[in-house]
Amino acid sequence: MIDIFNKYGTILMTAMGQTLLLALYGLFFACIIGLIVGIMSVLKNKFCRGFALVFVNLIRGVPMIVLAYFIFFGIPFLCNSIMKIGGVTLTALQAGTICLALNCGAYMAEIIRAGIQSVDIGQMEAARSLGLPYWRAMQRVILPQAIRTMIPSIINQFIITLKDTSILSVIGFPELVNTAKNVVAATFLSFQTWGIVAVMYLIVILLLQWAAKVLERRLKYESR
Amino acid sequence: MNPDNVKIKVENLKKDFGHLKVLQGVSTGIYEGEVVVVIGPSGSGKSTFLRCLNQLEEVTEGRIIIDGQDITDPKTDINKLRERVGMVFQHFNLFNNMNVLRNLMLAPVDLKQCGKEEAKARALTMLERVGLQDKINAFPHQLSGGQKQRVAIARSLCMKSDIILFDEPTSALDPEMVGEVLDVMKELAREGMTMVVVTHEMGFAREVANRVLFMSDGSILEEGTPEEVFGNPQNPRTRDFLNKVL
Repeated sequence: MIDIFNKYGTILMTAMGQTLLLALYGLFFACIIGLIVGIMSVLKNKFCRGFALVFVNLIRGVPMIVLAYFIFFGIPFLCNSIMKIGGVTLTALQAGTICLALNCGAYMAEIIRAGIQSVDIGQMEAARSLGLPYWRAMQRVILPQAIRTMIPSIINQFIITLKDTSILSVIGFPELVNTAKNVVAATFLSFQTWGIVAVMYLIVILLLQWAAKVLERRLKYESR
Repeated sequence: MNPDNVKIKVENLKKDFGHLKVLQGVSTGIYEGEVVVVIGPSGSGKSTFLRCLNQLEEVTEGRIIIDGQDITDPKTDINKLRERVGMVFQHFNLFNNMNVLRNLMLAPVDLKQCGKEEAKARALTMLERVGLQDKINAFPHQLSGGQKQRVAIARSLCMKSDIILFDEPTSALDPEMVGEVLDVMKELAREGMTMVVVTHEMGFAREVANRVLFMSDGSILEEGTPEEVFGNPQNPRTRDFLNKVL
């Protein structure tokens, strides 16, 4: 095992870097999508609620591997061969980011919706009765309280998404699993290689969990 | 009370929730500085009536005119109106993510009624009025029910509202805390605040109200001075209700 790590350690570390990069991009856009769709699903407006419902159900109803193939192969094919726009290509990183952002975004939207709805309706009524507009009330009163209940679920979703980057090995993105496959192909040492990969994921996720705990505790102290 | 100035005029107010007709044509006028207490059995539409007065509920039909302005008109700036019509809730609804001072300062500062310094000065004055100046840094969960409700009243006062609506302000309180909240309300009444109070505290109604409205099944069945309504109720439903609660 040590041998493998000595020889392929740099490659695997670089691949882990790519995994983290992809996860970071994906999570960044997922947060934006999640916040927008999550808020849309608590609005009065029927169109907004309908859109959010369709989006979440659509994404949740399709396996991520299918979504990945669809975006990476399907979309360029649609543009180039069917719509004859031509020259549309997606890099694996772009397709991977879109895929993660959509997938994680849908789950985040549900977390954010539930978080907002967990805040007592009286908080919004009190804010509105003082003359605060809806969005100000949301921003100053509702969201800060919702965030607190959402944090554990959001961290959980972050971890799932980080692990889901491995699915994107199927579209050829050089993340950890894809790279490990190549190492195994070259060395035939599957036990050692996959063992190292597992430990690498584990370390990163444990670090993330620890950071999350610290954050959670701090938020609790600040706002209780 | 100033009987020359009708502060709130309610004309044939109706409110449906789907098929349920909660208010079936309520009309009344509330004068500047008047304390109106609304009583009635639960489910009679008292709270809904109150919540229509600051448009927390959109009305189905009818008009509500406050200081000559029709607030049911979609063109009315409802946020501007709410700055002047405060509301105190049964469950206090203090902002849990802020301490007492920030609860009081949020709206005046955010709505640019005044600067931070002035808002803080106002907050301290109002807290003193409700006897809680030592609690400025406390969070809502550290306060007793009575203290929370007094902070909630102070929060309304910080907006310099000239009308305050009270939605069963003492119903969620332990019995020993009811008095401290009612005392603050009596003080406000004495100072000439226009108040509409939905309550089950008949003693308070008797002592403080200029007028008592008895509501049942979405309409006002009887109204008059406390002496008239409590002493000599005309409507059999009023008599029945008062027999049960007194």
